[in-house]
Amino acid sequence: MALDRSDVEGIAHLARIAINEQDIENTTATLKDILHMVDQMQAVNTDNIEPLAHPLELVQRLRSDEVTETNQRDHFQQLAPQTENGLYLVPKVIE
Amino acid sequence: MHELTIAELVHGLADKKFSSVELTQHYISRINQLDKKYNSFITVNEEDALNQAKQADQLRASGQANQFAGIPIAHKDIFCTKGIKTTCGSKMLANFIAPYESTVTEKFSQANFITLGKTNMDEFAMGSSNETSHFGSVCNPWDIKRVPGGSSGGSAAAVAAQLTPAATGTDTGGSIRQPAALCGITGIKPTYGRISRWGMIAFASSLDQAGPMTRSAEDAALLLNVMSGFDSKDSTCVDQPVPDYTESLSQPLTGLTIGLPTEYFSAGIDSNVSKAIHAALDVYRQLGATIKEVSLPHTALSLPAYYVIAPAEASSNLSRFDGVRYGYRCEAPKDLEDLYKRSRGEGFGAEVKRRILVGTYALSAGYFDAYYIKAQKIRRLVKQDFTNVFNDVDVIMSPTAPTTAFNIGEKMDDPVAMYASDINTIAVNLAGLPAMSVPAGLVDGLPVGLQIIGNYFAEAKLLQVAHQFQQATDWHRQRPAALD
Repeated sequence: MALDRSDVEGIAHLARIAINEQDIENTTATLKDILHMVDQMQAVNTDNIEPLAHPLELVQRLRSDEVTETNQRDHFQQLAPQTENGLYLVPKVIE
Repeated sequence: MHELTIAELVHGLADKKFSSVELTQHYISRINQLDKKYNSFITVNEEDALNQAKQADQLRASGQANQFAGIPIAHKDIFCTKGIKTTCGSKMLANFIAPYESTVTEKFSQANFITLGKTNMDEFAMGSSNETSHFGSVCNPWDIKRVPGGSSGGSAAAVAAQLTPAATGTDTGGSIRQPAALCGITGIKPTYGRISRWGMIAFASSLDQAGPMTRSAEDAALLLNVMSGFDSKDSTCVDQPVPDYTESLSQPLTGLTIGLPTEYFSAGIDSNVSKAIHAALDVYRQLGATIKEVSLPHTALSLPAYYVIAPAEASSNLSRFDGVRYGYRCEAPKDLEDLYKRSRGEGFGAEVKRRILVGTYALSAGYFDAYYIKAQKIRRLVKQDFTNVFNDVDVIMSPTAPTTAFNIGEKMDDPVAMYASDINTIAVNLAGLPAMSVPAGLVDGLPVGLQIIGNYFAEAKLLQVAHQFQQATDWHRQRPAALD
């Protein structure tokens, strides 16, 4: 399919990725090349073929519903760019 | 000391020919002296490694040591290590110190291996040349103007330059096998689920698998013994007994049937690479194997299917990098959306962003069936191709990569050409099969890798087939001339 600049801006918004103005043209061109290569898939008939999500087609294991993790909030928050009183800080969301 | 294999180091340490401190110091000195040229390490774990080595020597003195105590190893910087930086080759994680340890590195520590450091890699393992690393390209020890392959390019170059006896790698579409081929070393990607993915930073969860990168098949068998096994912390890790992979290495190959897929020798394969592989096949004939042409008709479709499935999974996995809980955060965000978008826009490199965008597109409303579901259907066809062929043959062989190492910069402006360098390796990941690469010749002074693909959980067979070849040839003992 033809992909244009506004499509790329839409996808970048969905992915929450800022693209610099000067990079949009080049990004559009490379995405087009990749999707053109990917479109080779359409040449093969896959009617009645079941999609394969996992190579070994295993069933997810279940475990008993017991607490196994301990609370390590302080430890984990040491990695955060900004915290306060045990909370992660972000720009104001609600005025 | 730096020319010895792990198998030889085990004896050297046991016979007290050298201590772990001497061995570790020797490797650290080599890294400090030589790695400016190759850039194969992101972090060198000097002080801690020497402390670990002292402890290993004490264990040996007290008679409590296991066979590997005191042997150095390097880990791809995708494995989380408590107390040592884990960057995944990205600006996003440039200062990240993981709060927990990956199962793979934990197993090596429990066996008293010494962690020399963390090796360079393509950013988030997305690349085939190690050029997408935030920490710079890695140079191939056989020719420093050329790439080492990727994404485990730092691990491959470090082993080839004898800066470590062995290293860990991960393989999502060829990231162990292709750099092993381009750097002239041995590497194995086991069956999906054989080794725990816990603590291995996720790229494409249904494809990722860890494995060892070594100087010989025997070393790969020894390390696979350490790495394999069930782990309740990885929900896709397979609960199957782990054989001793060294046990069958010395069995002869009489009666072995090798399948040669015509599609893996088609256009795009360098004729000299093809010649080297055919010479290797002659060695196998002399060892008693029968060679049979086979067909994997959906091979060409594995590339487009992979470049939907892997980016789709990546776009989901990498959504966790939000600039809030850990990792890079942009300066002075004006609101939450700006925080997300600029942290991700500035923290990820070009190739990672490209793949997130492709994946987001493939998963978006209106395109999901045409791209993602279509790719998953092709994935089944690719798997069926292999299942059919393994009814008739024991292993499949091919060139690992279509060419020898290419020049740094050669393919960076053309992602699709770069993707095509994985054409012979990615179908294996889609099917979840085990495969390895072993050195099988030189073309113009650059290594060629022979790929050996096996049926599910046939790692012992692959290692035996590779070991017997290495008993009959010395390609795996060749070293870059520049090292002398």
